[in-house]
Amino acid sequence: MVKVGVVALQGDFLEHLQLLKELRVEAIPVKSIKDFNGLDALIIPGGESTTIGFLMRVKGVDKAIVEFVESGGVVMGTCAGTILLAKSVKDRVVGDTGQFTLKLMDIAVVRNAFGRQRDSFIAKVMVEGVGEIDVAFIRAPAIVEAWNDAKIIAYIEHPATNRVGAAAIEKNMLALAFHPEITKSIAIYNYFLDMVKR
Amino acid sequence: MKLVDSYMFLDELRNLIYKLLEFRDSVREEGLELIPLRIGTPLVRYGFISMLKGGVIMDVTNEEQGGIAEDAGAVGVMILDKLPYDVRAAGGVARTADLNVIVRVMETLTIPVSAKCRIGHAEEARLLEEIGVDLIDESEVLTPVDEKAHIDKWMFKTPFVNGARSLPEALRRIYEGASMIRTKGEPGTGNVAEAVKHMKLVNRDIATLRGYYMSGDVEAIWVYCKENKVPYELALLTAKLGRLPVVNFAAGGIATPADAALMMWLGADGVFVGSGIFKSSDPEARARAIVLATSYYDDPETVVEAQKMVSEKASMLGIDVRTLKPEQLMQVRGE
Repeated sequence: MVKVGVVALQGDFLEHLQLLKELRVEAIPVKSIKDFNGLDALIIPGGESTTIGFLMRVKGVDKAIVEFVESGGVVMGTCAGTILLAKSVKDRVVGDTGQFTLKLMDIAVVRNAFGRQRDSFIAKVMVEGVGEIDVAFIRAPAIVEAWNDAKIIAYIEHPATNRVGAAAIEKNMLALAFHPEITKSIAIYNYFLDMVKR
Repeated sequence: MKLVDSYMFLDELRNLIYKLLEFRDSVREEGLELIPLRIGTPLVRYGFISMLKGGVIMDVTNEEQGGIAEDAGAVGVMILDKLPYDVRAAGGVARTADLNVIVRVMETLTIPVSAKCRIGHAEEARLLEEIGVDLIDESEVLTPVDEKAHIDKWMFKTPFVNGARSLPEALRRIYEGASMIRTKGEPGTGNVAEAVKHMKLVNRDIATLRGYYMSGDVEAIWVYCKENKVPYELALLTAKLGRLPVVNFAAGGIATPADAALMMWLGADGVFVGSGIFKSSDPEARARAIVLATSYYDDPETVVEAQKMVSEKASMLGIDVRTLKPEQLMQVRGE
């Protein structure tokens, strides 16, 4: 049976754990290095990327994630999780944020790309290999570039950005700019769990 | 206007609406999608609040303090003209913060920016929404303008947080459209006692309702609603869930990492820190320590680590709530 960990330092990790339980997948919160024992996959949830980035470094969870991914573990980032996976991060208004990230995926993201909370929205997105799903973009980042093995697999049309990336994949890593857990889009979880079996 | 005239007017109005509907249909047939993005729905508001869980929102008065908060790992800042402690000391009428300051903070921070408006002051709230504040706090720290009614928060795209001292108060605020609740505590005292009292009161009422629900005593829930002036649907939902139906943060008097961890143990989903950080003499270290203690509240070893990052000599001195006169209490504003 597949065992999935959800980084439970800050953000909406409970929503992910709940959805995984509904899918009858063994799911545990991850807060320290010992929680990585026997994990097949890991989710870095939504929240504030600067907060999770700070908390991650206190107990060495950041190094454990890098090790986990390098040894072939499957990881999915949603929203803040995607920012933490990216090699390059900018903010739409502030510019260079100089914040900590794990620098695992060859993608560039722009934080708060669609505006502030009043501009947050729910929309249908066509994801390659998954189909059309209804998802929430909450102060969401946009994936503006993917290089080497990273590939953008979903786009969103938005007046503030035109056509930009909403999801990207690179080997055992999946980055989503949106929240499938808020709208309970099961299809993307099945896709993620299939990555574990492969 | 004569009766016949008004009939003709209604007829014209109906024709106009038909024309508009025809136009809309013709636009759709041409294949132009009107608005595919759903903005400002309750789910979008809830989704945002959900991302704040397990975090700390810090009161700040300018962009320098905002920068310290962001670097320390705050999930958001709350902009005030004066910290609650200074509001208490200054007296007079406390209003929403300077919009220029709020805009400057929004331009320098990447984390969500919240601001307070006075209870019942819908126009201050509209201004805050217009400039793009991410979360509006209809707050008893400022001087209320309406003693009878709060703002109709369903009219806004921006989520609202409201204070509550008890479960009925919290449910009334949710009924008015609040997406998030925080305990009121007693603002600006540096004394967590009132926040503890209010959080426990809310928890006990929830346990009581849950008990009625589990024993199938619907009548008792009706009586509770009648006695406490609470809508039945929300009381029933609370009884079913066994918790508040929205995210609930602790606020009021949190000054140390241990205060924050205590409130998390009592069931808070996160904490607001008001005067506790920037009225101490070690704001940078204290901000980081409170963030750490809030996330790892269930791991005593880490809370010890956090508590050691601050010195008790540097904590704000605080005020014993029992020494305040009834008219000095902020928590009783707007029930």
